Amino acid sequence: MKVIDIKNVEKIYNDSEVKVHAVNGVSLTFEEGEFTAIVGPSGSGKTTLLNMLGGLDNPTSGEIIIGETNISKLKGSRLIDFRLHNIGFVFQAYNLIPVLTAKENTEFVMHMQGIKKSEREKRVKELLSSVGLGDRIDSRPAKLSGGQQQRVAVARALASKPKFILADEPTANLDSKSTANLLDIMEKLNKEENITFIFSTHDQRVVKKAHRVITLEDGKILSDEVKS
Amino acid sequence: MLLQIAWKNIWRNKVRSIVILSAIALGIFAGMFNMAFYYGMVEQRIETAIKTEASHIQIHNKEYLTDPDIRLYMSNGSEMTGCIKKLPYVKEASKRTIVNAMIASAETGSGVRIVGIDPDIEKKVTDIHQRLVTGEYLEGIRRNPIVIGEKLAEKLNVKVRSKVVITLQNVNGEMMYVSFRVAGIFKTSNTVYDESTVFVKNDDISGLLALTNDDIHEIAVLLKSNEGIDQTLADIRNKYPDRDVKTWAEILPEVGLVEESMNLSMFIFMGIILFALLFGIINTMLMAVLERRKELGMLMAVGMNKLRVFTMIMFETIMLSLSGGIVGILIGVGFTLLFSNRGIDLSTWGKAYEYMGYDTIVYPILNLDMSFQVVIMVIITGFLASLYPARKALKLNPAEAIRIDI
Ligand SMILES: Nc1ncnc2c1ncn2[C@@H]1O[C@H](COP(=O)(O)OP(=O)(O)OP(=O)(O)O)[C@@H](O)[C@H]1O
Ligand SMILES: [Mg+2]
Repeated sequence: MKVIDIKNVEKIYNDSEVKVHAVNGVSLTFEEGEFTAIVGPSGSGKTTLLNMLGGLDNPTSGEIIIGETNISKLKGSRLIDFRLHNIGFVFQAYNLIPVLTAKENTEFVMHMQGIKKSEREKRVKELLSSVGLGDRIDSRPAKLSGGQQQRVAVARALASKPKFILADEPTANLDSKSTANLLDIMEKLNKEENITFIFSTHDQRVVKKAHRVITLEDGKILSDEVKS
Repeated sequence: MLLQIAWKNIWRNKVRSIVILSAIALGIFAGMFNMAFYYGMVEQRIETAIKTEASHIQIHNKEYLTDPDIRLYMSNGSEMTGCIKKLPYVKEASKRTIVNAMIASAETGSGVRIVGIDPDIEKKVTDIHQRLVTGEYLEGIRRNPIVIGEKLAEKLNVKVRSKVVITLQNVNGEMMYVSFRVAGIFKTSNTVYDESTVFVKNDDISGLLALTNDDIHEIAVLLKSNEGIDQTLADIRNKYPDRDVKTWAEILPEVGLVEESMNLSMFIFMGIILFALLFGIINTMLMAVLERRKELGMLMAVGMNKLRVFTMIMFETIMLSLSGGIVGILIGVGFTLLFSNRGIDLSTWGKAYEYMGYDTIVYPILNLDMSFQVVIMVIITGFLASLYPARKALKLNPAEAIRIDI
């Protein structure tokens, strides 16, 4: 099943003197259960593309359709609400509220979705166990390692039962061991629960794990390979 | 959950929060204590006004207060007092004969208001008999005793048992010269009153004025408590529609006005303090929002809508303000209670206050209503202070806020 369909998407930044064509005519589709890496040199448009897929940024032209919704047409709080219910995010850093515990950070999204307390509690425990943090649920981010924090971010992203998870360089701040560990968890969730992951990275070891690799250069698709 | 997050956020930057919290606490404390002080001062003034000067209610002939002519007397004094005493809230009613006269000692003279009373009844209405500096309350002198204020005694240079001569005009227009002997000297907190008011026995003065015992100028009514005032006022007005029935606040408008205006001036005073604090709170919250840009961007990215962001920041600001406010109120309450028994001695600067009838030792009074109003005002201030920082937060663009700058 198609989860994302983007057609002729363009993003031009012209707030500075020079116009920047960050994404230049990209058309792509993503299927449910994908495990896809977006790669390319710095400045090639990876973050810009992911932000548009996640409804954080509007394309200058083109269409982004998620499920049945054309999100390029959504505005303001409708768009925020759409993100809350449909998209999971894992960022490179600043993923968590520092004053809340791992459990509370994960729970907060479900709280905003209006899910009952009893259900939240149950799900939070499951989610944190599935990312290997069942014993750290009451720790605050400052007490967790970078890798553990990113795992909480994955649990948080999953909490809202999104259609897919976008991760912009989720391992950029991690050492190789934590990187491998996070990737294993993402892969396991992908395989066992059919969670769709789309992530960008510079790390070849991460790229190797991906089932599909989209390479960008100067805002254009250079290649789109599916591994068998 | 937003409340909980907001509360925790306050303590992220402890030093900064404690600085603004202390400023709020200090401001509120100053305001609270100031309020308690003035409230105490005004309450004392009102108590003096009721107990010493005006009683709760006074009854006169309709024109008497505008033109205190001795011919404007009420000729059914005993009947009226008898009737008024039967009203439920009334403790005692004293009838008085009043005349403006000259008083002279061997050295000098002065204009005074002579109040003719029945000492045994007057004792139950006013507390002048408890405020005697020397001598006794119209006792100890066989013929024509008089009680005068300390200020007047100083001016006339007289002591207890000194002779003074009263010059007055009676209802027939005849000039009368009578000698009285000082029986006692009183001192209230109102020096103007002390200088201008003297007391003699009703029986002594009525004869001089060519009036009977029933012809009186004033009835002063003391109630069992302040609560009965409206009811009693209505009852008396009902019974004697052709008399002028007034409350103490109407008799002493300057005191009544102070009571009325106190609330307003306290509001203004507190308002100014809070207005100054407003800017400090805005600044603190603005810093908090700006240093949390990335986190707020992340929260908006993952689906925290504007209303929630706004609410979180508003809660945070209000709780910050309220914490400071409550600390300030508690310190204010503590200080008020500490000084409410001991009093604050103003005698060094007290001359002017005394002249206006205020005690020089002020006992601050804790006013729970006012504390409650202050809490409300602090909450409103917190809300107002949150608007600008919250607006800043809402203007964040999540995609830009999250971009990692190196
Ligand atoms: N807000 C912006 N205003 C102007 N130009 C921008 C803005 N955001 C991105 N760009 C430009 O758009 C281009 C693509 O940037 P983008 O961040 O998407 O690249 P990237 O592939 O994510 O790079 P990196 O690997 O360094 O993260 C770059 O040339 C960048 O300078
Ligand atoms: Mg990037």
